[in-house]
Amino acid sequence: MPDAATLTQQVPTVEGHGAPAPDALSLRLGEVPAAGPTAAARAAAAARLRAMGLPRPRDEYWRYTDPAPFNAASPTLLPLDTRADSALFADVDRLRLTFVDDRFDPAESDDLALSGVEILPLSRAEAQPGHWVAEAYGRLEAASQHPVPRPFAALNTATATDGAVIRVTGVVTKPVQIVYRRSDPAADVVCHHVLRLDDGAELTLLENGLVGARGNVVIEADLAPGARLHHIAAHRAGHARVAVTHLFARVAEGAALKSFTLSLDGAHVRSEAMVEMAGDDAVAHVAGAVLGNGEGFHHDDTIFVTHGALNGESRQVFKKVLKNGATGVFQGKILVKPGAQKTDGYQISQALLLDEKSQFLAKPELEIYADDVRCSHGSTTGAIDETAMFYLRSRGVPREQAIVLLVLSFLADALAEIEDEALRERVSDRLEQWLTAQAGTLG
Amino acid sequence: MAGAETADLDVREGVDRETVETVANMGSYKYGWDTEIEMEYAPKGVSEDIVRLISQRNEEPEWMTEWRLAAFRRWQTMTEPRWAMLNYPEIDYQDQYYYARPKSMAVKPRSLDEVDPKLLATYEKLGIPLKEQAILAGVEGAGEAPAEARRVAVDAVFDSVSVGTTFKDELARAGVIFCSISEAIREHPELVRKYLGSVVPQSDNYFATLNSAVFSDGSFVYIPPGVRCPMELSTYFRINAENTGQFERTLIIADKGSHVSYLEGCTAPKRDTAQLHAAVVEIVILEDAEVKYSTVQNWFPGDENGKGGIYNFVTKRADCREPRAKVMWTQVETGSAITWKYPSCILRGDDSQGEFYSIAIANNAQQADTGTKMIHLGKNTRSRIVSKGISAGRAQNTYRGLVSMHPRAANSRNYTQCDSLLIGDKCGAHTVPYIEVKNTSSRVEHEATTSKVDDDQLFYCRARGVGEEEAVALVVNGFCREVLQALPMEFAMEAQSLVAISLEGSVG
Repeated sequence: MPDAATLTQQVPTVEGHGAPAPDALSLRLGEVPAAGPTAAARAAAAARLRAMGLPRPRDEYWRYTDPAPFNAASPTLLPLDTRADSALFADVDRLRLTFVDDRFDPAESDDLALSGVEILPLSRAEAQPGHWVAEAYGRLEAASQHPVPRPFAALNTATATDGAVIRVTGVVTKPVQIVYRRSDPAADVVCHHVLRLDDGAELTLLENGLVGARGNVVIEADLAPGARLHHIAAHRAGHARVAVTHLFARVAEGAALKSFTLSLDGAHVRSEAMVEMAGDDAVAHVAGAVLGNGEGFHHDDTIFVTHGALNGESRQVFKKVLKNGATGVFQGKILVKPGAQKTDGYQISQALLLDEKSQFLAKPELEIYADDVRCSHGSTTGAIDETAMFYLRSRGVPREQAIVLLVLSFLADALAEIEDEALRERVSDRLEQWLTAQAGTLG
Repeated sequence: MAGAETADLDVREGVDRETVETVANMGSYKYGWDTEIEMEYAPKGVSEDIVRLISQRNEEPEWMTEWRLAAFRRWQTMTEPRWAMLNYPEIDYQDQYYYARPKSMAVKPRSLDEVDPKLLATYEKLGIPLKEQAILAGVEGAGEAPAEARRVAVDAVFDSVSVGTTFKDELARAGVIFCSISEAIREHPELVRKYLGSVVPQSDNYFATLNSAVFSDGSFVYIPPGVRCPMELSTYFRINAENTGQFERTLIIADKGSHVSYLEGCTAPKRDTAQLHAAVVEIVILEDAEVKYSTVQNWFPGDENGKGGIYNFVTKRADCREPRAKVMWTQVETGSAITWKYPSCILRGDDSQGEFYSIAIANNAQQADTGTKMIHLGKNTRSRIVSKGISAGRAQNTYRGLVSMHPRAANSRNYTQCDSLLIGDKCGAHTVPYIEVKNTSSRVEHEATTSKVDDDQLFYCRARGVGEEEAVALVVNGFCREVLQALPMEFAMEAQSLVAISLEGSVG
């Protein structure tokens, strides 16, 4: 028998939060830094958070993901992993910035000087009076708090201890990589990165590693006309991550954002992207591949793309492979504002459920106020195609290997969103390694 | 309807004439007249006394009164849902009448011959035949088809009461019970008690709970095992009185192996003030039975500035309770200022099937938030959703739906297609699907598109001398084809012309 809530006629979409629970909130806020160039932005964010409160499980926006692990005053202790950090991108010529727990570690980072880009840790930028970060810090986050509040992003702006502050002035020749490491099994990490890309500037940003026992990461990316940002994030496998991440991007005229995230395992992850197409002819592609194996796995991608100008092109491509009680969530939205004519919006979310215990919960939305647009979305859920399986088996491919092949082909569309071939191959190899290692439990 | 007489394409200059006609008819709602008839009202507002009074007027047994009162007490603890993408002023539930019946109905007429001729004339004018000959009129050409094929039994509900039900005797010979719900409560209490509230419980949602407390009339259908209902059944709802809410309740029970096709139509006069309509439809479908439920909802939509109109908050749900039960919802939603309606299917029996076909048209200041729920509980259950939303003027049109595959619903399938069409740059079209899949062997596919009326198709029509309005109507009818095809023949024709009327004034 279904529960009463399932059978009720109501599909609630009440967006907003009630009165804040002061205790939990104050515990989460702690002490907000009161000096330095970002002090005003931090105070404003703390006030925003107090006004909106922490999310409650009944909130529509948290319909499919329990906010409790993010609301808790402190994270669950997570023993340090003795294995070496992911060597992904290790052989790529890149500039590496390492954050150990919640602090920038210069010893583990490269020289920050690179042509076409200025890079500073947030903690140092804040020590420089008059630094431009004062203007940018928390600005896109604050602008993205309507119509749906994103309390953990406001919490991040208020309390972040460090991050990368990057201004791109030209075409940067090699990728900038942000690596996260852990040294404390109880680290509750809050990192805030601010990116500013000037007219025609280009940057590839790589992000990987382990963010604390609990991580809260915000990236604010402001793209001036004609700028291009490639963002590839790969989260470490085999790690019981509890993480909430937000990508806030503003894409000006003719600029392009391409973001891809690979998520392997993890305990409880909410990954949000809010993209505003602010100028004509803007392009934004947000994609993700998620592989979850195990009862505790819960991964939520929540994407909100707003078209506010002419001729914009947006794509959301999300693929999830779920097994052994894993849960995948996708909440995606394309909002086309009045006057944003000639918008081309596309959204696809697909799940491959490898057993009876796993589940996929999706809410793919369109909200459209302009008539001369082309918007579509699709969402499918199903099992391994038995015909394809039969084909492979009849050609002598063992079942386990056949699953790896079919999963890889299922994920191919999402991986194709990574433009750089060399980087795409590394991500793909990583995926294959993981799948092969897990093959025994995927059949 | 505009364009019908201009269809002869010999008249080359017809385009201009048609445009003039269209402008003249702009926003015209052809059912907007009212019937001057002496009415009897219960005092304004809702309270336990009013609930008791409605129950007493319907000569209900004690258990029914208590059932209503329990719902009313529950309702007082609830808050009105505001999650839909609908924007309307607060409803003052105490500022309207909950019961209005024509004075002439105080003594229940024993047959249609005794019904006030004014009431009969009202239905005649609406094209609803209350004589037993009968076809759903208002459909051109229908008169030429053989009468035998088009017989429809009608239950006519006027404000709070059922005026009469046709073909009762003939249906009774087949064992079919078709009467007003108030009559069923008196005559068939065992069936009503067993099934009322079993699909939509009293506490289901704010509007359904209010309905449970104050419903005044509605239709009741019971199809016995193995019977294929010899004719289509229909209910025609007319709101006439001012400041009066209509709360009807429909209960349909299709016993094992039976089959019925049911039609529902609704209209209301033009009024400056908004009127509340909160109905509940419950359908129980047992083993191997099949119910087809079709609605053409044409309540007064308000004027072009959004003044007046019906606020339509409806709970419709079918429970495919046993194996191989089948339900098909088809709706054409063109009226109402506010539509809040999600006809749903609970696919409980193994191999049961649910289908939902919908056309929702919102023009001028109309707002519609409508869709369906497919709850897959049984194995090998199948569902299909085809929704076509059309927005014009300053209207907002939202598809909201849920497809849920429970862990036990192995090997189930859902296919959803929802398309939106925007006419003009001041309106909005939105899609809010919820998809919840909790087993691996089920397949769920959802597709949605949003586009505008294709310029090439319009140009093609225009180049052949078809007026702009008519060209748009043609393109829109093409866009809706899949749904129109799912309607019974009479309704399909009516729906097609409704589509054209609803869009009048939306072009240019």
